[in-house]
Amino acid sequence: MANGTIAEHAKSFYEEGTSKKTGLLGWFFSTDHKRIGIMYLAALSTFFIIGVILALFMRLELIAPGETLMDAQTYNTIFTLHGVIMIFLFIVPGIPAIFGNFFLPLMLGAKDVSFPRLNLLSFWIYIVGAILVVISLFVPGGPIDTGWTFYIPYSVRTGTNVSLAIFAAFVLGFSSILTGLNFITTVHRLKAPGMGFFKMPLFVWSTYATAWIQVLATPVIGITILLVIMERAFGIGIFDPSLGGDPILYQHLFWIYSHPAVYIMILPAMGIVSEIIPTFARRTIFGYNAIALSSLAIAFVGYLVWAHHMFTSGMSDTARIVFSFLTFIVALPSGVKVFNWVATMYKGSIDPQPPFLWVMAFIVLFSIGGLTGLVLGSLATDIHLHDTYFVVAHFHYVMFGGTGTIFFAGLYYWFPKMFGKLYHTKLANIGVALFFVAFNLLYFPKFIMGYQGMPRRYYDYLPEFADLQLVSTIGSWLMAIALIIVFGNLIRSLRTGRKATSNPWGGVTLEWHTTSPPPLENFETDIVVTHDPYDFSQLEDMKNE
Amino acid sequence: MGSGATQYVETVDSVMLYIVGISVVLLIGITAVMIYFVVKYNRKKGHKPENIHGNWLLETIWIAIPTVLVMTMFYYSYIGYKDLRNFPEDGLEVNVTARMWGWTFEYENGKQTDSLYVPVNQPVMLFLESVDVNHSFYVPAFRIKEDVIAGRVNKLHFTSDMVGDYDIACAEYCGLKHSMMYSKVKVMEVADFDKWYAETDATTDETNIETNPVDSTAAEIKPTGEM
Ligand code: HEM
Ligand SMILES: [Cu+2]
Ligand SMILES: [Cu+2]
Repeated sequence: MANGTIAEHAKSFYEEGTSKKTGLLGWFFSTDHKRIGIMYLAALSTFFIIGVILALFMRLELIAPGETLMDAQTYNTIFTLHGVIMIFLFIVPGIPAIFGNFFLPLMLGAKDVSFPRLNLLSFWIYIVGAILVVISLFVPGGPIDTGWTFYIPYSVRTGTNVSLAIFAAFVLGFSSILTGLNFITTVHRLKAPGMGFFKMPLFVWSTYATAWIQVLATPVIGITILLVIMERAFGIGIFDPSLGGDPILYQHLFWIYSHPAVYIMILPAMGIVSEIIPTFARRTIFGYNAIALSSLAIAFVGYLVWAHHMFTSGMSDTARIVFSFLTFIVALPSGVKVFNWVATMYKGSIDPQPPFLWVMAFIVLFSIGGLTGLVLGSLATDIHLHDTYFVVAHFHYVMFGGTGTIFFAGLYYWFPKMFGKLYHTKLANIGVALFFVAFNLLYFPKFIMGYQGMPRRYYDYLPEFADLQLVSTIGSWLMAIALIIVFGNLIRSLRTGRKATSNPWGGVTLEWHTTSPPPLENFETDIVVTHDPYDFSQLEDMKNE
Repeated sequence: MGSGATQYVETVDSVMLYIVGISVVLLIGITAVMIYFVVKYNRKKGHKPENIHGNWLLETIWIAIPTVLVMTMFYYSYIGYKDLRNFPEDGLEVNVTARMWGWTFEYENGKQTDSLYVPVNQPVMLFLESVDVNHSFYVPAFRIKEDVIAGRVNKLHFTSDMVGDYDIACAEYCGLKHSMMYSKVKVMEVADFDKWYAETDATTDETNIETNPVDSTAAEIKPTGEM
């Protein structure tokens, strides 16, 4: 693909920074997209683990009916914090912040993103937002207890610290917008010579589609949050009916952002799937155009389905029917992607290494998540299942089974490139297998409980749900073990792993054309793109690079 | 599934069965094909990979068939749902008021209860209103739910085919005792109901009220303006 050669003794970006500062400051003030990506990785992983620990406490409380461990108020703040952390601090910034930052410029053959300083600012803003969330836990009033959706009137009336917590979400939104802006510009301006839009790797396509949603949808939540804060502070009456406002208006504004946000979460993951399958099947992707264009279709139609979260809110029947119809339509491009991925395995030469196994787990879990979404898009069934455990199962299958699984797939795929080290393959395989079993044990019972009428956000439950709740809690312990193995393997490899070559998997996109880890400016020589992104005929030449 | 406490339950369960049935077939199909490919085209077997860039015919087929499938799903679910929005004109009318954390049911003759008493086989029309935050009136056994929102009156109806007691849950998070906001629909023989309905106010079930004691020790709900 490129005729760059790799000089043997180049310094990696770990050894050479963008500023004179050294040590931690050399990181915190670095405008190098790779260092920023790794800082996001550290921050997001930390919050992910905190979110998981909170969830383990929730599952422990739910192990049996009645009070087990904590009182109702504590439980309510814990599920809210779990949701807020997982959504705003982990999965929304998620893959773009970590892998987008690290790999977008590399895959385009660029030296950095278009605005490296703005990129660093985005990271700082993220950290400020995260600190605000943490502060909100300790100021008078107590931690927020509204659920991550902050529905009004409850969020205006509760005495807990809503304003600061949602202000944190407001701040985090800016980080998201600026990152999106940066990526859009980078994709338009910094493609290496020879790379047109339809020679871009599919991860770049999906990050690009995501960036547009980040820029266009996030301001809606920003404005909504400001209105809620004003309502709490000055009682201005936009949403609270006792002040003459309309609570349904709040729900519309909230979901106009938060539904597209679901696609901010999943699209980049789909991009990574489209990278991993060709590499391990060693053949070109099936249906490049279909996959690229379906990302744009999802980004666009994704704007038009928000009110499927409100089928029971008392909206007009016409609105319910229209939004149900559009929801079924938005399912189609995701289906197209799944079919193309499986077709990419046809007549390949498949080497199921750990990243590929993660992708296989993804295809099953994400398909379950997507297909159960059809049940929720359907009016007759959603009326019954809305706000039950069925929804809790559905969104964990999509967000955790979908995006979360691919977060690990990406980590296991690019770890050698990012850190220059290899991990333990057998242990990695065990990790995926255990994750898959634990996941289903943890969440599948929730589909059944939901259909049996177990509402969500319940501190306590009727005795008839006790058995399935217990199974789910046991699943959460297995999940904890799986996550320890998955993270532990990588952390251990940082210190003791074997050195990785520049191309351990035989990938052909541009990031495999440079050293592991790459040098400060990514490539030793100028890149000229001559091949399609998944043209494996260049593999022989690359060995001689 | 399908205890059939109301006709509508059968409708919902059959839509569910239809969508889940198709989904299971798709899921098993996708998974099986994937595993088959991974085994058949395993690198150990030393195949030379073939670079197939795509196939517009296949692409069209796997857009077209799912489109048709989801349209049928949409159609069935819409037909089923229409029943729910087809409000009876001569039903028993009950005003439902939700508060943190309990329910009050008020009948046309002024009777007030906190369980919902209804006659079997007779349409019941509910008018839902909240005095504080959002709640949601949910009877899992009837597969029905509608949010209860301050400042507006949402509507719901059902006709129960079977005498018995059914749980009412709150399905919209409403704070401290959201999970304890249970009540019952008590479906009675028509004669029993008529007798109960004619009784004077003194017999309304005061006793039930203490099942939802409102205490606000842990979460204080302040009116507005607290940062
Ligand atoms: C070990 C891992 C996890 C466990 C055991 C777990 C468990 C739970 C439980 C028990 C609930 C409460 C359900 C309810 O009654 O409403 C919940 C809610 C939630 N979870 Fe998780 N979860 C895990 C990981 C994740 C991940 C990775 C994400 C996102 C990427 C996530 C996102 C959410 C969200 C958004 C909610 C809703 C919070 C709310 O209702 O406001 N969870 N989770
Ligand atoms: Cu949505
Ligand atoms: Cu409630």
